Amino acid sequence: MAEITAPEDRRRLVTLLSPAYLWLTLAVFLPLSAMLFFSFLTDLPQDAPDWGFTLENYLSFGESEVYATLLWKSLKLGVTVTFFCILIGYPCALVLARTIKGRARETLFLLVILPFWSNSLVRIFSWAIVLRGNGVLERGLEAVLPWDIRLNLMFTTHAVVIGLVHSYLPYVILTSYLALQAIDDDIVDAARSMGASTLTILRRLLLPLSLPGLLAGAVLVFVPVVGSFMEPRILGGRHGTYYGTVIEDQFVAVYNWPLGAALSFVLLAVVLLILGLSTPILRRART
Amino acid sequence: MSSVEVRNITKSFGRARALDDVSITFEDGGFFALLGPSGSGKTTLLRTIAGFSFPDTGTIRIGARNVEAVPVEKRDIGMMFQSYALFPNMSVADNVGFGLRVRRVGAAEERRRVAEALDLVQLGDKGGRMPHQLSGGQRQRVALARAIVTQPKVLLLDEPLSALDKTLRVDMQIELKRIQREVGITTIFVTHDQEEALTLSDRIGILRDGRIVQAGTPREVYDHPNSAFAATFLGEANWLPDAALEGLQLPGDRTRHRFAVRPEALTLTDGRPATGNALSARLEQRVFAGAMATCLVRVDGEPWKLVARDRDLPEMAPGSEVWVSWTPEDTLAVPREAAT
Repeated sequence: MAEITAPEDRRRLVTLLSPAYLWLTLAVFLPLSAMLFFSFLTDLPQDAPDWGFTLENYLSFGESEVYATLLWKSLKLGVTVTFFCILIGYPCALVLARTIKGRARETLFLLVILPFWSNSLVRIFSWAIVLRGNGVLERGLEAVLPWDIRLNLMFTTHAVVIGLVHSYLPYVILTSYLALQAIDDDIVDAARSMGASTLTILRRLLLPLSLPGLLAGAVLVFVPVVGSFMEPRILGGRHGTYYGTVIEDQFVAVYNWPLGAALSFVLLAVVLLILGLSTPILRRART
Repeated sequence: MSSVEVRNITKSFGRARALDDVSITFEDGGFFALLGPSGSGKTTLLRTIAGFSFPDTGTIRIGARNVEAVPVEKRDIGMMFQSYALFPNMSVADNVGFGLRVRRVGAAEERRRVAEALDLVQLGDKGGRMPHQLSGGQRQRVALARAIVTQPKVLLLDEPLSALDKTLRVDMQIELKRIQREVGITTIFVTHDQEEALTLSDRIGILRDGRIVQAGTPREVYDHPNSAFAATFLGEANWLPDAALEGLQLPGDRTRHRFAVRPEALTLTDGRPATGNALSARLEQRVFAGAMATCLVRVDGEPWKLVARDRDLPEMAPGSEVWVSWTPEDTLAVPREAAT
């Protein structure tokens, strides 16, 4: 980017960027700072007149093993869901961007983003209908296979993963698709003319060149999944206690906003730490 | 190195016929230009020889091997693209070494041949650079080095120089010719630039509507075009109006041929010359261009163009009556067509 020195350029820049920054301030920075403020309180000011400042909320994360265990469980869930989203989503994006052309591509693309059109609660309950014992999936399989089917999927970690993968898959497909379709056809043709097999082209050209898109998709999946609470609660049942559900409990059930806020910021810090640590490794992997 | 033989190939896209019974032989070690307007099928022909698309009918032979059913990655060809198509995630050396690594030649051998190829294109010191750090001309050279480093049987160039500016293009033309001679590789390149075709190639094929109109050495095609299209596509032609044919010495039958004269074969005088073919004309404009000058004249209402050394032209004001003349042997005769 060119350096900006002229004052009129700087003024124009400020004018043009101010709506975006204003929006970020209102929608992100202010709520976040309010939460940060809450996380250091003993009680909410509107509820208790004797509220004060404390570090107690953050200390309680270390006092009980439960929070750390659940955070670890949520991080593992994030990794699992991200892994399956990439495993399914990247090949989909590859086929969509490199082999299918014209009208068929548009139609398939529409189908990919279809999950975005429906309310997430509706989507999750639909999965519950499919996965539950004697549900759509088991009956369907029983109709085809001659023996008794007991999948026992409902209220397991598998059910949570299935629901989450379905919800977040479009992010990976979309970001990977955009990165893949931006690759010039001539580059692939050039590699073929040099004798490269499809696998070599994928490994040495398509994958490295689309890696930024794939990673963006992975981050878009990983971050919300670590904090997710709806899918675990509805599809996970007894196994559905995660870090995200505990935070939700603090806000809606226990009504301990300061603790909920503190737990949220611990999560934010951990996620930022993970992303920060993985950036240099991934940058090295690209070249 | 091998010759390439294309026999009766046809290729249709939907209802449009891109190649219509094309037969042409590219001899071993030659430098061929496929010349034609856009949509003439020249790129389709090149991509069919490369193996990116397969002909509906007909055969293609590279060396002794029939390849019409062999996909591009197994044809052992080198190809250079208009966009260069360098791999942006790899250094120059890795770009050039890509084909060698695919062939598993070994690290030492790869290094040696990459260095050799980069030296050949005079980029021996740029192996560690990334493509985006290079100028357009340098990228071009990397693309060329990459296309020949595997010593393919044939080198295919798709409008290789069209992305460069004029001066760089002339330099690269000379460079390309030198490298092609040095390596001795059979080279086929596609262009719509007639000057490029004339400078670089030792044989030319002119395409139109999916057919080869004429093939031969640049001189043959230039001096003896077999159609009005070939005459105007390669070089310029002044067509003799039918009304002016009387009294001229012509190399053909006027009912079956049309006649033309190249701009540089014409002489401009103020009086009627004693010998040769001559027509009276009116001088419209004289464009001075240093050593050469271009004169625009009108012969029987037809606009003609004449190119001569500026010092050989008489001083005449625009609008004056002049004579254009030429030796009868310089008259081009092409068969009359229904539509030209």
